[in-house]
Amino acid sequence: MSEHILAAETKPWVKGTDRPFVRIKGITKMFGDLAAVKDVSLDIYRGELFCLLGGSGCGKSTLLRMLAGFETPTGGAIEIDGQDMTGVPANMRPTNMMFQSYALFPHMSVEKNVAYGLRREGVPKGEAMQRTADMLGLVKLDGFARRKPHQLSGGQQQRVALARALVKQPKLLLLDEPLGALDKKLREETQFELIRIQEELGVTFIVVTHDQEEAMTLSTRIGVMDAGRIVQVGEPREIYETPNSRFVADFIGSVNIFDGEVDVAAPDLMRVNTSEGPVMCEPVAGLTARQKLHIAVRPERIRLSRTPLEAANTMQGVVTEVAYMGNLSVYRVQLPNGQCLKVTAANGLHEDNPITWDETVHIGWSAAACRVLVK
Amino acid sequence: MKLRFTPIMALLGYLFLYGPIISLVVYSFNKSKLVTVWGGWSTKWYAELFANQQIMDAAKLSLKIAVVSASVATVLGTMMAMVLVRFKRVRGKGLMGGMVTGPLVMPDVIIGLSLLLLFVAMQSLIGWPAGRGLTTILIAHITFNMAYVAVVVQSRLSDMDDSIEEAALDLGASPARVFFDITLPMITPALVSGWLLAFTLSLDDLVISSFVSGPGATTLPMVIFSKVRLGVSPDINALASLIVLAVSIGIIVSALLMRQKPK
Amino acid sequence: MRLGRRFVIAVPTLWLLLFFMVPFLVVLKISLAEPRIAIPPYSPLWEWVNGSLKFNINLENYSYMWEDSLYLNAYLSSIKIAAIATLLTLLAGYPMAYYIARSPEPRRSILLLLVVLPFWTSFLLRVYAWIGILKTNGILNAVLLWAGIIDEPLVIMQTDVAVYIGIVYTYLPFLILPLYANLVKLDDTLLEASRDLGASRMSSFFRITLPLSMPGIIAGSMLVFIPVLGEYVIPALLGGPDTLMIGKVLWNEYFSNRDWPVASAVAIVMLVIMMIPIMILRRAQARGAEI
Repeated sequence: MSEHILAAETKPWVKGTDRPFVRIKGITKMFGDLAAVKDVSLDIYRGELFCLLGGSGCGKSTLLRMLAGFETPTGGAIEIDGQDMTGVPANMRPTNMMFQSYALFPHMSVEKNVAYGLRREGVPKGEAMQRTADMLGLVKLDGFARRKPHQLSGGQQQRVALARALVKQPKLLLLDEPLGALDKKLREETQFELIRIQEELGVTFIVVTHDQEEAMTLSTRIGVMDAGRIVQVGEPREIYETPNSRFVADFIGSVNIFDGEVDVAAPDLMRVNTSEGPVMCEPVAGLTARQKLHIAVRPERIRLSRTPLEAANTMQGVVTEVAYMGNLSVYRVQLPNGQCLKVTAANGLHEDNPITWDETVHIGWSAAACRVLVK
Repeated sequence: MKLRFTPIMALLGYLFLYGPIISLVVYSFNKSKLVTVWGGWSTKWYAELFANQQIMDAAKLSLKIAVVSASVATVLGTMMAMVLVRFKRVRGKGLMGGMVTGPLVMPDVIIGLSLLLLFVAMQSLIGWPAGRGLTTILIAHITFNMAYVAVVVQSRLSDMDDSIEEAALDLGASPARVFFDITLPMITPALVSGWLLAFTLSLDDLVISSFVSGPGATTLPMVIFSKVRLGVSPDINALASLIVLAVSIGIIVSALLMRQKPK
Repeated sequence: MRLGRRFVIAVPTLWLLLFFMVPFLVVLKISLAEPRIAIPPYSPLWEWVNGSLKFNINLENYSYMWEDSLYLNAYLSSIKIAAIATLLTLLAGYPMAYYIARSPEPRRSILLLLVVLPFWTSFLLRVYAWIGILKTNGILNAVLLWAGIIDEPLVIMQTDVAVYIGIVYTYLPFLILPLYANLVKLDDTLLEASRDLGASRMSSFFRITLPLSMPGIIAGSMLVFIPVLGEYVIPALLGGPDTLMIGKVLWNEYFSNRDWPVASAVAIVMLVIMMIPIMILRRAQARGAEI
């Protein structure tokens, strides 16, 4: 069912007619004089897998803890499924949380851990055990029911934590760095596992993470946070391709940034003066001449060649570093006036004579590759 | 192997710590009453100890006080520790923290005197506690013991990952339920050591008890003190040996229990 | 539920307020009263005389303490004894703490347990054990005479030396534990780095280990110094009539002279004096927590 909701043509955040499932309205949280979360408003729809992405101390975990009911907002309100959550304590909320440390009860078996929430709800023992067994099956932990948490590997503990949070069929599952404690390979496998389970159960997920790759893989939409504020909300592609600020462009993926000021801003021509000379961009409405701004260009949008290139923007530079990454190579190219650019190029099957250190190269990119950032 | 400074000093230190205790045990089996004269092996001081009604009564009273005060102090101290570590937005938390460590650094003579003066003032004001004795000793012991328990439990609670308790709350357990289902089983080792510490301190206290006790309530340390002020007395050696034996058994049992349940 | 929360906060707080804080106010109040032959044996701080409130604030107990050299000497002597005893405890305890902290794991726990173990047996009896050892015809003299080291028995009992021995003995664990906790955190590689850079074992100790263990030294020393200031049992059992300590003075003032106002004044001054080492301890503990 959730697959249908998530079909591209019915994205509720695009349509804007559905009632949001979670409404965060002007939430602020002060710790003493320090604002951990500043006036955040956000609508999240049923069936979404929403990622809150940001560096440490940006307020993402505090926001999640306010949704769970562990912190009381200093101002603003949270609504879940049409119900105002103000004054509702954590144990009465229709949410469940998966903790970064997993927070498994060390003195209880896996089975007891998972059944704990059901028993508190008053589900009879037999039914609770049945549902627990089903859930352990879903996370592929059948046969581990009698183990104690410390007898499990990190990945298994992570799945117990997930099962425990899901077994009560919460309307909303909150996940705090769910994959943070796993090693890289396991993390990649688990990402897809998480998506599978989310789609199977149709539960709305809100995930907090500092890992932008994880956010890109998992989410329907991402909310990028910085210093207690949401700076941009959008689908992964949108955030990557059209960041709305220098911060977001820099935070998501790697990027080359030119600082400059507008030379010409006409409906059919847009030229920006930078320290490395004029850069042609696609026209953006509402800009005036001499306005200071930034231009962001993704490394993979820049072409690299020994021969002159045909492009809206072309420059020449010297390769100072080459890093071979397998599927692609990363080059650092020094431009005449000192700026260094990162350029990535896919590695072909038979590169007999690849570009190497100290070579003078031509680089070029289109006007469309430039993202103009005013902030 | 070259002789090194620290191991030798450490060895001397341990000899210093255990020599006097060993001497007590050895001389408790001395037939002669004189310390320097070895009169051969004998257990007569043990017989004399058990025949001494005053010591036996005092021991019973002290054990009673120790069990009751350690138990009440464990409850109160745990409550205090929970408030200090886990409760959010409590006014006057700093003052509470200061009060709870107060009895740890305050000299016994001051605690004893101040409590006594309080009891006297309370009696003339509200007529309770009527006179001094078991009740006032219990109150005094609970007061300083709860400070020790609170400190032990506090450190265990702050070491504990508090998201474990949050997880239980999140799964629908009420705060009281969380405490009994999750917190309590996890801090049990701290409660046991806190209780044992309180029990020992109560059994050991001379100064505070002397201030707040009255006629008819003579604790074991008070009897021992009045006896040993007059010099060495072999039945006290026997008593000391029994205490050493009890402590040793306690340590061995707890070590065995620890081994059985590896963490 | 709110009620439960209030209950948990209120019960221990009220208990401590009533039985820990209020008593100090009572002591302060009585220290400002005059002694009387009555029950209770002191004058009230305020009374209603002809319908108006009359305060009887009497500072005589304090001026009496200032004039009679006994009290001043007792305070000074307590501080002196506590300071010397603390230093001796530190000299005995540091090598032990260092040795334990440097021991490999299974042995380390056992050594630490052995330090704490005597603490679980009676304090009073451990002090008492020294009477049998130190007295003129005691074990120590017997051994020394037998070995021919001395010809005449040493007089140690009822002197300050006996008091120092008793204090070092009973308070050693209080110094070793915080010091150990500090030393065990000391990174081995720091010493290796120092040795690697050419420092001798000795100079590595004095330049690296000792400065870094300062918070532990201060915390441990204060944990000995503070309670020893008010110690009663050790000077009463091992010390002589000349051993002057303020805890003993307070005890005698209360039990022998039954002068409650002076005993209270002695206690108040003692508290004021103790504030300084308590503050030092708090700061050392806060600093130790940072490292």
